[in-house]
Amino acid sequence: MTARLTHLQRLEAEAIHIMREVVAEAERPVMLYSVGKDSAVMLHLARKAFYPSPPPFPLLHVDTTWKFQAMYELRDRMAAESGMELLVYQNPEATEQGINPFDHGPLHTDMWKTEGLKQALDKWGFDAAFGGARRDEEKSRAKERIFSFRTASHGWDPKNQRPELWNLYNAKKHKGESIRVFPISNWTELDIWQYIQVNDVPIVPLYFAAPRPTYEWDGQLFMADDIPRLEKVLGKRPEIVERSVRFRTLGCFPLTGAVESTASTLSEVIQETLLTTTSERQGRVIDKDAGGAGMEVKKQQGYF
Amino acid sequence: MSDPVYVTDALIAEDIDAYLATHQHKDMLRFITCGSVDDGKSTLIGRLLYDSKMIFEDQLAALETDSKKVGTQGQEIDFALLVDGLAAEREQGITIDVAYRFFNTEKRKFIVADCPGHEQYTRNMVTGASTADLAVILIDARKGVLVQTRRHSYLCHLIGIRHLVLAVNKMDLVDYDQATFDAIVADYAAFAQSIGIESFTALPISGFKGDNITALSANTPWFTGPTLVEHLETVEVDTAADQALPLRLPVQWVNRPNLDFRGFSGLIASGTVRPGDAVRVLPSGKTSTVERIVTLDGDLEMAVAGQSVTLTLADEIDCSRGDVIAAADAPPQAADQFEATVVWMDDDPLHVGRGYWLKLGAQTVSVTLQQPKYTVNVNTLDRLAAKTLDLNAIGVTELATDRPLVFEPYAQNRSLGGFILIDKLTNRTVAAGMLNFSLRRAQNVHWQALDISREAHASLKHQQPAVLWFTGLSGSGKSTIANLVEKKLHALGKHTFLLDGDNVRHGLNKDLGFTEADRIENIRRVGEVAKLMADAGLIVLTAFISPFTAERDMVRAMLPEGEFIEVFVDTPLEVAESRDVKGLYKKARSGELKNFTGIDSPYEPPLDPELRVDTTSESPEDAAERIVAHLLARGAA
Repeated sequence: MTARLTHLQRLEAEAIHIMREVVAEAERPVMLYSVGKDSAVMLHLARKAFYPSPPPFPLLHVDTTWKFQAMYELRDRMAAESGMELLVYQNPEATEQGINPFDHGPLHTDMWKTEGLKQALDKWGFDAAFGGARRDEEKSRAKERIFSFRTASHGWDPKNQRPELWNLYNAKKHKGESIRVFPISNWTELDIWQYIQVNDVPIVPLYFAAPRPTYEWDGQLFMADDIPRLEKVLGKRPEIVERSVRFRTLGCFPLTGAVESTASTLSEVIQETLLTTTSERQGRVIDKDAGGAGMEVKKQQGYF
Repeated sequence: MSDPVYVTDALIAEDIDAYLATHQHKDMLRFITCGSVDDGKSTLIGRLLYDSKMIFEDQLAALETDSKKVGTQGQEIDFALLVDGLAAEREQGITIDVAYRFFNTEKRKFIVADCPGHEQYTRNMVTGASTADLAVILIDARKGVLVQTRRHSYLCHLIGIRHLVLAVNKMDLVDYDQATFDAIVADYAAFAQSIGIESFTALPISGFKGDNITALSANTPWFTGPTLVEHLETVEVDTAADQALPLRLPVQWVNRPNLDFRGFSGLIASGTVRPGDAVRVLPSGKTSTVERIVTLDGDLEMAVAGQSVTLTLADEIDCSRGDVIAAADAPPQAADQFEATVVWMDDDPLHVGRGYWLKLGAQTVSVTLQQPKYTVNVNTLDRLAAKTLDLNAIGVTELATDRPLVFEPYAQNRSLGGFILIDKLTNRTVAAGMLNFSLRRAQNVHWQALDISREAHASLKHQQPAVLWFTGLSGSGKSTIANLVEKKLHALGKHTFLLDGDNVRHGLNKDLGFTEADRIENIRRVGEVAKLMADAGLIVLTAFISPFTAERDMVRAMLPEGEFIEVFVDTPLEVAESRDVKGLYKKARSGELKNFTGIDSPYEPPLDPELRVDTTSESPEDAAERIVAHLLARGAA
């Protein structure tokens, strides 16, 4: 009798295989956890890979202090449920300088996320970090390896990556070097949503439409997640209107555009996603600078 | 014929749950596209993404802008721009690496490896092909079967891809002429048969115009199908064949949350498994039965090839990473000498005799390769004699591992026969290989267990064995210092032996010259002899230039931790040359002597030797005194 494996089963098996290889070969692995839906799937896969043991590595959240409250809540809950250690890192220089998305533009991402990530990896001496990036997200990522090598200064050289054959991964590295590992490289956005549905993976409620306090900024709609703090940074209280909105991606609340929607179930969200005609990352400001090669430049600088 | 894309769209809007139910039961096909530089690969892939609505409106807008700016199709959309990734290549207009793309139809998810057609990129094609179930070989209808077509077909066949599609592209540019198509197919069929390709499917298409991609084209009324997408949707994936083979589960990780649970985790390479199945653990050969197949969602009744699982066994038997759990009645073999086909992927060529890491499944062992029996010219498919393997070379060679590998020939089982080679110094993946078979001599040569152990030999001599490995340029003073050290040790009542470079070349190694390969073999033999002597309890001193780090490290790895003591006799070239005790530098400078270390052959100084002697500031006598002190202090003598 032949059992037919679905695409989700094959993708799951591949991701689990990758995670086990890393745990077997790396000295000090860590999982980067951004609390978004891709991170949620990656965490679920890790729990499957090592069950009945808890995943034998900590979760690392490189925090910007500007995430949605609902993200912090889910993060703490999932860490507790999975029995994993949760490490939260906030770049002390960014804290000190009060870096925020309104006054500092691209520097906000650079200081909190790019620099914050490098500092966190150095601080704990992690030599392998799982990330939830997918090859379908962006053109330059289509050529990213599953095991992506970084120099001791976290640089990425797209011309000097190791060939990956069959399912054999070369995890050998010199002292100080590290690997970023992308177990869900071959998943598309639709795969992620389907997997969440089939496996009941907990995700942040912000992905579902609900009446929420919103304000307009620069022609886009945002959620007023922390009104007193917004007032402080903006110097005034933005005009807040309650609208039925949801989010297609999650990041810092002042940088993550909301979309007006009534999709309140997972099926409806997937339906809306599939019918939608703008790509996923468009709600985020990060890819737009530096023209067509934006993400590639960021990666060479050490952004995930 | 209906266009599958629009059916799908309607269902999303009308009944999302029905749509999701369909898509949850999709399976997956991985394929590669290969063709020459201008055959239109990127355009074809761009078209597949476009037609399956994998392009969003904002991406399309950017594409239209880019098409006008840098596109090569005038005012029309240049689909290739969707696919060509990194900034540098975008400017050059060439795809230089493997890129992975995704699209869906109702029946399947597809992962496409976009493989470059450029001359020097055998490496990338083999990489892309290694995970593919199917290959689409593109031919420009105006050009027919080219050298590149043959090369790509040969490589796909070499990697064992069972499904080949011959896509005769740019049919629009030959007026959709059936005779042109038929002639190309006939030409290709003759070639395919000659290299052992059993079957292929030929399609007339235009990636640019969209003919016969998702719908049959009115421009080719003589063609009855299937379309490219239909074929991709219905071709059988290899999972059924893999499941029909005996069970092979390479153990990746042992799961031990507590003393009561011991699970063995891995990706099933072939076969099926159920609780109660009799299994054998290789290489130990111990047998047991499967107790449970454990998952987060509850135990499974059965698992099949392609699934990542955790098994528990009924008996407490030894099993760790690298072992293979197999069907008890049909286990794989273990061997340590093989014939293999190797594809070289690094700028630094194969060093015959040098130790590399070989990774196969979850097994990582040390391996040395012999001089290739032959290499294959991928353009003519001629077999050529070769001394080594350079970047993009494909060769057949024999290799020997330092311990037995559980394996199967690649033709039988990709997971147990495919391997990569890793350079021990740079950690780069330097080659991919396929085991063809084990050598008979490996099956008949066994280790003889010895009753008198190396510890027994050493304790009788009241000493701990060691290898003092002197390395440095010719004329640096290695032999002088080594001689002094041996005299002092002898005076202390120690049992020693000095292996000297010149002396060994008069006997044991008199068949070797001074090429890089011979130098590596010279050191390997000396290392083996030194190891035997250390096993006999001796303190061994060796005085060889031993210019390459890899070989010194190879000898280090042969010996127990702490027994290899590297002494770097650090004399600058100009000093050694000015001494020129044997007159060799003079000969080398005049060109009379070739491959002389320091002149026209490199010396790689040790980065972290146990001892370093600077002969410009320390006398041989003082150095010898210090070396003996070091040996005594660490309790080795």
